[in-house]
Amino acid sequence: METTEHQGEPFAIKDCALIAIATGEKAQNLRELREILRRIDPASVYYHFWGGLLRPRFDDPEYHNDFAIWVYRDLHDKPLAEQLAVLDPASYETIEDLRSETIDIVEDHLYRKETPTWAPRDRQFEFIRSQIVVFNTNLLVEVPEDLMNILPDLSVGSIFFHFIDGRRRNENGMDDFSFWLSSKGSRCRSLCQCIAQIDPYFSSLADLRGALARCFEKHLRDEQGHQGE
Amino acid sequence: MNKAIKVNDLSKTLSEYSEIVGSDVVGHLFQLASPLKGMRVVHINSTRMGGGVAEILYKMVPLMNDLGLDARWEIITGGPEFYECTKAFHNGIQGNQVVVPEILFKAYEAANAETAETLRPLLKDTDLVIVHDPQPAALIRHFPERRNKWVWRCHIDASHPVRQVWKYLQGYVEHYDASIFSLSSFARRLPHPVYLIAPSIDPLHEKNVDLDETESLAAREKFGIDPDRPMLLQVSRYDRFKDPLGVIAAYRLAKRFVPGVQLVLAGGGASDDPEGAVVLNEVRAAAAEDPDIHVLLLPADAHRTINALQRTSDIIIQKSIREGFGLTVTEGMWKQKPIIGGDTGGIRIQVTNHHTGFLVNTPEGAALRIRYLFQNREKMKEMGVKAKAFVRENFLVTRHLREYLTLMFGILHGQEDRIVLG
Repeated sequence: METTEHQGEPFAIKDCALIAIATGEKAQNLRELREILRRIDPASVYYHFWGGLLRPRFDDPEYHNDFAIWVYRDLHDKPLAEQLAVLDPASYETIEDLRSETIDIVEDHLYRKETPTWAPRDRQFEFIRSQIVVFNTNLLVEVPEDLMNILPDLSVGSIFFHFIDGRRRNENGMDDFSFWLSSKGSRCRSLCQCIAQIDPYFSSLADLRGALARCFEKHLRDEQGHQGE
Repeated sequence: MNKAIKVNDLSKTLSEYSEIVGSDVVGHLFQLASPLKGMRVVHINSTRMGGGVAEILYKMVPLMNDLGLDARWEIITGGPEFYECTKAFHNGIQGNQVVVPEILFKAYEAANAETAETLRPLLKDTDLVIVHDPQPAALIRHFPERRNKWVWRCHIDASHPVRQVWKYLQGYVEHYDASIFSLSSFARRLPHPVYLIAPSIDPLHEKNVDLDETESLAAREKFGIDPDRPMLLQVSRYDRFKDPLGVIAAYRLAKRFVPGVQLVLAGGGASDDPEGAVVLNEVRAAAAEDPDIHVLLLPADAHRTINALQRTSDIIIQKSIREGFGLTVTEGMWKQKPIIGGDTGGIRIQVTNHHTGFLVNTPEGAALRIRYLFQNREKMKEMGVKAKAFVRENFLVTRHLREYLTLMFGILHGQEDRIVLG
């Protein structure tokens, strides 16, 4: 596991950039989707659930992962699209758990469905995987107040790395901000609770940055106010 | 061979972008590029003027230099048979039935051999060679001892190529270390990593900068376009894949319901496109009887004119039946215009039905959406605002640059999912 912070240590701000790589695997119906899902690189499962945050996607999609979007738009299977859309990747400890649940949903649907639906040839599901480059920004934050001050200026890549990707790296599924703040004892407890309530799956990275900044402002400024009284 | 372009004195350029995309985005680029400082990169394509590739490189190369890389831009040139061959390749890759005679293959190979010799000292010593499109693809065979990395960048929809053409080109392309396609659906299976990078527009290019109203209206006046009547615009090369005759058909169907509407077809010829004149004549013939159809043949550097026409039009049309990506769609969206685009290629990821415009498959479909939008002016405005925001987030040159830098790490570090630097 790669961790960026430890108790008592400063928070090292990192940044990341993602690039997409075609796998060449394509599915035209649900059976093909299931078979490819079983063997595809985990980086592809990751990409199709989380990659939308770092690549062109209209900010108001009906569904929030690529599998659900394809099933809805190209197989026109709304019930299955809804079942897939509700999958919350943040709630799975590993990508393999998420893959397994996705396959279960597709299999269950295949079992109940009488006739398979085919997507048009130019509307196949194209499996893509991602490659992530993580780099240092050389910014070190000693105290939560400093993190609050720089948060609005962090790149969306930093937000992705610490708030989304961190869940995959930290054992308890915590994002990096919460992981670090939890080492600061009870003074950051309410801030951690506020961060935990941000749903990472339904916002753009810029919106997530705004929501995080508001949590920091509310809880640290309040605390500063109380201390000043 | 033209002299190489190497532009370094642009330290303020990236800061200008921060006003448009945000300082966080520009700061991110500098951080990402820092470990790549001094890396020698050579881009090679077939023209400096005309076409989307030249426009991208015109900005991409200086920006790479601005970030500390040592980037250059070279071109391959050849005689008429070379261009005839590469035009046939272009059509064949896009699935248009062509048969390329042996003599044209020979001209293609000769032009590549000659360029390889001219560029040998440069290409031998550079770290990364990025070859754009099929024209210079065969250069690689002249460097069998190479130790640097070579990437083939395909800007064309290669999803259903003509077998003869692809089989021939594949013989060169498979020797590259990686390739890049604009969309996953355009990509071919190749024995190396196939990266996906969408193209982009430059918001500071003359074609996209803000213009004052006087300048915009002057462009209309120059071409005799009535400033008080509505206008539809398609900007593209005169190419069958852009379906200019279909646009005229759509305009005629809509005109009954939108009295006074004018259609402007504006395009230029690129130096590597000999077929353009034939299509232009067909378009002129189809438009001959109607004074409200303006068929403009613009020089390759008419950027401000195109900018002005886009800004003063009501709807941007790009009714392609095959499209690599459709940068004119991106340009129109950047000017806050609703788009009526062909349901094909990269237009699909830019145009979201009812949000940034409409995807259509026929002249009838385009006509219907023209009528709808002129009946719903507020919807037009709303779509335009959404379209510009979408381009700002996704299709500006800063995003494109970031992906090239990311790819460079991928090429240098191998195929691991996660590359952690320093």
